[in-house]
Amino acid sequence: MDRFGVIFKKPFMLGLLGLILVALATLPFYGSLYLIILITAILMYIILTVSWVIFSGPTGYMSLASAAFFGVGIYASAILLPNTGPVLPLLVVVVIGGLISFMLALLIGALTLRLRGIYFAIFTFGLLELIKQLLLYWEITITGTRGRFIVLVDTDTIFYIMLGIFVALMLTAYFIRHSKFGLALQSIGENEEAAAHSGVNVTMVKVITFAISAFFMGAAGAVIATKWTYIDPYIAFNPLFSFLPVMMAIFGGTGLFYGPVIGATIFAYLEEVLLTKFPYYYMLLFGAVLVGTILYLPNGLVGLIPRLVQKWRKGGSARQSANT
Amino acid sequence: MRILEGEKVTKYFGGLAAVSKVDFNVERGEIVGLIGPNGAGKTTLFNLISGALPLKSGVIKFKGEKISGLESHQICRKGMARTFQSVKVFGNMPVFQNVLLGSMFGTPTAMSSADATSEATQLLEFIGLSAVSATPAKDLTLVNQKRVEVARALATKPELLLLDELMAGLNPTEVAEAMELVTTIRDRGVTIFMIEHVMKAIMSVCNRIMVFHHGEKIADGTPQEITTSKKVVEVYLGE
Repeated sequence: MDRFGVIFKKPFMLGLLGLILVALATLPFYGSLYLIILITAILMYIILTVSWVIFSGPTGYMSLASAAFFGVGIYASAILLPNTGPVLPLLVVVVIGGLISFMLALLIGALTLRLRGIYFAIFTFGLLELIKQLLLYWEITITGTRGRFIVLVDTDTIFYIMLGIFVALMLTAYFIRHSKFGLALQSIGENEEAAAHSGVNVTMVKVITFAISAFFMGAAGAVIATKWTYIDPYIAFNPLFSFLPVMMAIFGGTGLFYGPVIGATIFAYLEEVLLTKFPYYYMLLFGAVLVGTILYLPNGLVGLIPRLVQKWRKGGSARQSANT
Repeated sequence: MRILEGEKVTKYFGGLAAVSKVDFNVERGEIVGLIGPNGAGKTTLFNLISGALPLKSGVIKFKGEKISGLESHQICRKGMARTFQSVKVFGNMPVFQNVLLGSMFGTPTAMSSADATSEATQLLEFIGLSAVSATPAKDLTLVNQKRVEVARALATKPELLLLDELMAGLNPTEVAEAMELVTTIRDRGVTIFMIEHVMKAIMSVCNRIMVFHHGEKIADGTPQEITTSKKVVEVYLGE
């Protein structure tokens, strides 16, 4: 972070952030429909990735439950916002979607956060399948529905709610990272036993953070469901959404605060471009980019910045000495 | 006055009695040593006291209050801190953050972050690590990592400090410094209960020594009493 501070002085950074936020907030006034939809999707990916990083980044607990929490939000919309007439206002449903995910994460966290490493990862992935199958059973044998249609919501509303969740999430993530709570999370990732013996209530810190991260995933799911319009358990609980946040975080680099944001943005944009320009080879090209990143940029895209700065400085000083 | 006492403390690992019906006590202001061959159950006893492991049976009391059954962080906040046999520092965090964690979370009454910061700064000064406070703990030498652990433990303002083989792996000069550190900490009003293999250190520093063998306490007395005890000589010190 200090190295970053050298290049981007604080006022400059704040100004840049403000500018980006203003540009985003006014997007529907000048952007095309395509751009608004694209940026909504990118924001959704950023939300999933940053939420994942809040918990899994510092603690090192690899959660593959993202799709479960995301799916719970999607399904909350499917049930509460049917195309026959919404039961509750959209914003309320978004909060409910987040809260159900939050509660689910509290429960799961209290039960399973004593599992470590690969066991935790497998368990969280199993949870996704479990919820999917339970819902499927419930829908088929009890309600007798195969899929659900959701009320249509206009693109601008979806965009603004997504942007709101994004801003709230970034503030939360920033606060966690720079607080006492963040220090505790980091110490858990470094050595959980030592953290506990230094007075950190490790179970509580882990479970609460896990639940906060689930809240944002659930909320994002509840909004995006209104764009997808048709939902069934297979669509809502797609395992891809468990793996994408992990890949995007690694792609961007988790060491710096904006690493995951940059990762998710470029990742989502790249996917879009490749999909439209090379519909037949897109997965192949995408895979190659990913493999290349892992091999040559172990610290992710943001790991490049200090390296470039170093090179630039070396070059600069070499030129200087040549001049004298 | 007894700061720590245990009655019939027992722990099994499968069928093996790692600690078997051990009675012990530590008086306030003492430096008590715990020795015994490898596998005697010394570290297990520390893990039971600090709440890392649950007891099978028996009771452990700290300042007259039952603590067995509490979680590690609760015991820490009651005023008991510990270090580890295999060093457990937060490797990728700066030395300062390592110590700060203790003063932020482990003190009996919560501190403001300004107080916690100044506490951590003072402790780094005391332990002699101010110069490396911004260095990641993993880049320090073993002796300095052990110092970080001690500073982190002291940051929680303990009344009782459990030291698990503080001097293992240190060279003679470092051992001498560590011995001095232990007495300085005691003089600051912290009672010390320490596991140690370095005989010279334990004999000269401790007021009292307990000897463990196969999960049982076979002796308890002053260093002189221990060195002359026939039983201890047989099982531990050698002919």
